[in-house]
Amino acid sequence: MMHRVAVTGIGIVSCLGLDLDTVQESLKQGKSGIQVVKEREELGFFSPLSGVITDFDYAGCGLTRRQKKTMPNFTIQAYSAVTQALQTAGLTAEDIQNSRTGLIFGNDSTARAQVEQAAITEQDASTSGISSGYCFKAMTSTITLNLNVLLGVRGASWSISSACSSGGHAIGQAADLIALGRQDRVICGGAQEINWQSLCSFDALEAFSRRIDAPEKASRPFDAGRDGLVPSGGAAAVILERYDLAVERGATILGELEAYGFSSDGSDLCRPNGEGLQSAMEDALERAQLQPSDIDLVSAHATSTPVGDKAEAFAISNLFGDQGVNVTALKSMTGHELWMSGASQVVYTILQAQGGFTARTINFETSDEMSEKLRLVVESNTTAPGRVMLNSAGFGGTNACLILNTRGE
Amino acid sequence: MTLATMTKEEIIAITNKAISDEFEFELEDMVPTAHLYEDLGLDSLDAVDLVLVLEKAFGVKLRNQPEVKEVRTLEDIYQLIMQLQQTAE
Repeated sequence: MMHRVAVTGIGIVSCLGLDLDTVQESLKQGKSGIQVVKEREELGFFSPLSGVITDFDYAGCGLTRRQKKTMPNFTIQAYSAVTQALQTAGLTAEDIQNSRTGLIFGNDSTARAQVEQAAITEQDASTSGISSGYCFKAMTSTITLNLNVLLGVRGASWSISSACSSGGHAIGQAADLIALGRQDRVICGGAQEINWQSLCSFDALEAFSRRIDAPEKASRPFDAGRDGLVPSGGAAAVILERYDLAVERGATILGELEAYGFSSDGSDLCRPNGEGLQSAMEDALERAQLQPSDIDLVSAHATSTPVGDKAEAFAISNLFGDQGVNVTALKSMTGHELWMSGASQVVYTILQAQGGFTARTINFETSDEMSEKLRLVVESNTTAPGRVMLNSAGFGGTNACLILNTRGE
Repeated sequence: MTLATMTKEEIIAITNKAISDEFEFELEDMVPTAHLYEDLGLDSLDAVDLVLVLEKAFGVKLRNQPEVKEVRTLEDIYQLIMQLQQTAE
């Protein structure tokens, strides 16, 4: 028997805000979180544009200095997001400290810690100057290994690395574990470091927008004038629970995760073919036993790259027909939150549902031959997102598609 | 101030401050008989950082000193540093 999966908690630390209310307001207002980072200009980056998280309170986040010693900044942000999510879900420490509760996060790098530990070793010609925290900060699973100890969960505990679909696959796999009856609840999400060390090689590919004179207009998914993505990050957390158990304990159901589809392109490292993403979308529909017409909104992966957006517009229009479904591209405001993005859009979608609006795609001015096939949400509105298909795709051609029903049926 | 010219009181004060700063202990808990593992709750990872902060505080190399492995109390640390002081002289 497959179990239904409820979303009962959400948490977020992003360039749109450090708490749910602020982020919801930013989404509603169509506010951009993109700025120019001077340090990257000085380091000779082709593009210094970035999502920026300001005033995050590392000292006041509820962790001791000893606890933070093994945690890079994005892991501390993940802890903050999880704390918000548990609070939203009304779950106490006692509720989650058991083998029926798991922890799965998407993450695919922890570059700064690795750079720093290597520099200490080279400088001293010895490893004796490396403090104990680095070993745990420098592992890709740093989020789940740290949070597992802090939270005391005793079920699943691992990280998923699949480039920019890491967060999407993490939430999808968490949902599957619940659907299969292997876990009753999973704390899941994604996080992404924002620092030059993690982004320099990506910048070298010249994949980032150069629209430096107007940072807030730089990320423009599906617009004919798009010229690359804007890197961003932070942390997003989602609490998934077995639907019947969530109802039984009186939890507020924020949405139902109806399906997780996946696929891979099997063709190119960084040029998605669109067919793979379409397969993931079809897989999700089939698993949920839904038709394209049952979907109210597609929350597109759409990172503002010329090639990627074209492939996704191809996939969406193939599946839904020309102008066949509402589409929005949240990265127009957030930039591309990379490993975190597949998870953050779940949080952003729930916030839209709670606020009774669909976040619009900002910076969309002119369509091209593919995006003209899309019915993009570009105006402020009071249309709740309803049943949403959420796409994410990563380098190497790995695709995830979630179907999230926020209708409250 | 170098290790060679420090008094015992100065060594104790610097040791206590370095350790309490690193591990967020209260200075009043820094008594000579305090056992690093049983009283102060340090673990094997903390031991790595303990050596690092002492090396930094006194400008000495401790990692390869065999006596480091025998350290159990704060007093053991003071004695070890004083022993190194004599070598430095």
